[in-house]
Amino acid sequence: MIAVVGRLGRWALNQLAVGVQVSVLMVDTMSWLVIAPLRGKGFRFRSAVEHFVEFGVRSLPIVGMICFLVGVIIALQSSYTLDKWGANRFIAALVAVSAMREMAPLMTAVLITGRSGSAITAEIGTMKVGEEIDALKVMGLNPIKYLVAPKFAAMVLAVPCVTVIAIFIMILGGLTASVLVVGVDSRVYLDMTLQSLAEKDLVLGLVKSVFFGIAICWVGVYRGLQVEGGAEGVGRQTTSSVVTSIFLIILIDLVFTVLFYFV
Amino acid sequence: MMTDTHEPIIEVENLVVRYGEHTVLDGVTFQVRRGEVFVILGGSGSGKTTLLRNLVGLMRPDSGRILIKGEDFTSMNGDDRIELRKKIGMCFQGSALLNSISVGENVALPLREHTKLEDSTIEIMTKIKLELVGLGGVEDYLPSELSGGMKKRAGIARAMAMDPEIIFYDEPSAGLDPIVGAGIDVLIRKMQETFQLSSVVVTHEMESVKAIADTVCMLQGGRVVGIGSLEELERADHPYIQQFFARRPYDEEAEDSAYARALTGLD
Repeated sequence: MIAVVGRLGRWALNQLAVGVQVSVLMVDTMSWLVIAPLRGKGFRFRSAVEHFVEFGVRSLPIVGMICFLVGVIIALQSSYTLDKWGANRFIAALVAVSAMREMAPLMTAVLITGRSGSAITAEIGTMKVGEEIDALKVMGLNPIKYLVAPKFAAMVLAVPCVTVIAIFIMILGGLTASVLVVGVDSRVYLDMTLQSLAEKDLVLGLVKSVFFGIAICWVGVYRGLQVEGGAEGVGRQTTSSVVTSIFLIILIDLVFTVLFYFV
Repeated sequence: MMTDTHEPIIEVENLVVRYGEHTVLDGVTFQVRRGEVFVILGGSGSGKTTLLRNLVGLMRPDSGRILIKGEDFTSMNGDDRIELRKKIGMCFQGSALLNSISVGENVALPLREHTKLEDSTIEIMTKIKLELVGLGGVEDYLPSELSGGMKKRAGIARAMAMDPEIIFYDEPSAGLDPIVGAGIDVLIRKMQETFQLSSVVVTHEMESVKAIADTVCMLQGGRVVGIGSLEELERADHPYIQQFFARRPYDEEAEDSAYARALTGLD
């Protein structure tokens, strides 16, 4: 019994320590992102743009392809039920609403986690193992400013941007499947889509995707800085980074879905 | 050899560092004089790496002080710390060049971040620093394309970028063949003689010590067991120093019984 309490206590203390470390990282990042540039200490704008291209632009082919296919899948799956009621034209509404509110932000976030969240952890972890982080500190360069702040800015912008494109591609996927397979008239489909587009849905999708971006970047950086003991440690933390990120994405998704359910 | 009239540039006073229950550095005290090559010598686990990490400010000690140029580095924070760091350079064991940028960019990095110099000036200074360490013309290579010895040299060039007053070397000749390692020793000496640079070198290689040291500080189990010129240490009658200099192994029988005691917990 005492052993169980002891283990629980140790677990709680560990979680508390993680919480404190993550909070310190958050405060540091925000101050290097917002306060330091105002005080003229600079922000590595070029690095942020390079990372934006890497996280956002370069992820477009895979995000586009997956989202097109998901659009096709949603259309065909919903036709399975709607066809029985002769309501196939509502496929358009279903695809548009689920793309904006749920599927496009989620698929984008998960894909960017796999592509870039893991890469952030691996990069920072390898730098830590190779004493590169220490070298930055000794040179008087803050690793948060040099490495984290540009990545963070890029990620928080890239995820919503890619999400917007993903929404359109997903609707295009739904359109293609409805017209070619189900036999809905393309004009009816487009009309129906336009009718069902609501600002509120888009806002929900984009607000979520900003938080997804925050989660992906912070988990990636935190896990990278946790790396100990060589290549094996980099591998372990990279895996853990992807798993933690996806878990947090689902959690954030749930919180916002519940919030907007009551709004 | 430097004379005693030179003022100390680094003063370490009663440094204590613990990892949990384990005391790694136990009251380490010494002074490094301006312009000398100061070698911290010790075996594995003697605490020499921990000492170096404290000296460059990557760790903070549990107690004791480190004064660099008379200023208390241990209690310093924020901007003061960064200012002082611009005056010190460090050459890491694995060179620790940033792998994602070219060798030239690595050397230029501190200049770009800490100075407002024109790009063309930085480019010239980078070339000069690389020439200085015998690496002219490699600025466009990536660190991964260099050999071990060249990486070490590039690491020294980067440490020299801001024209520091003190330079720290962590195991400079570790992992290099004897010829390349000797080349690094010559370079360390040359840097000291050309720029009157104060150098602190952590090593366990006696050959290297003989080639470069003005003062040797011998660490064992987190304590300073001897300090002085190489000749003074060679004459010292401390058993560990004699054993280290003669490259004699531990007495195996005594080691075995100590190991058995550690395993069983019995005396």
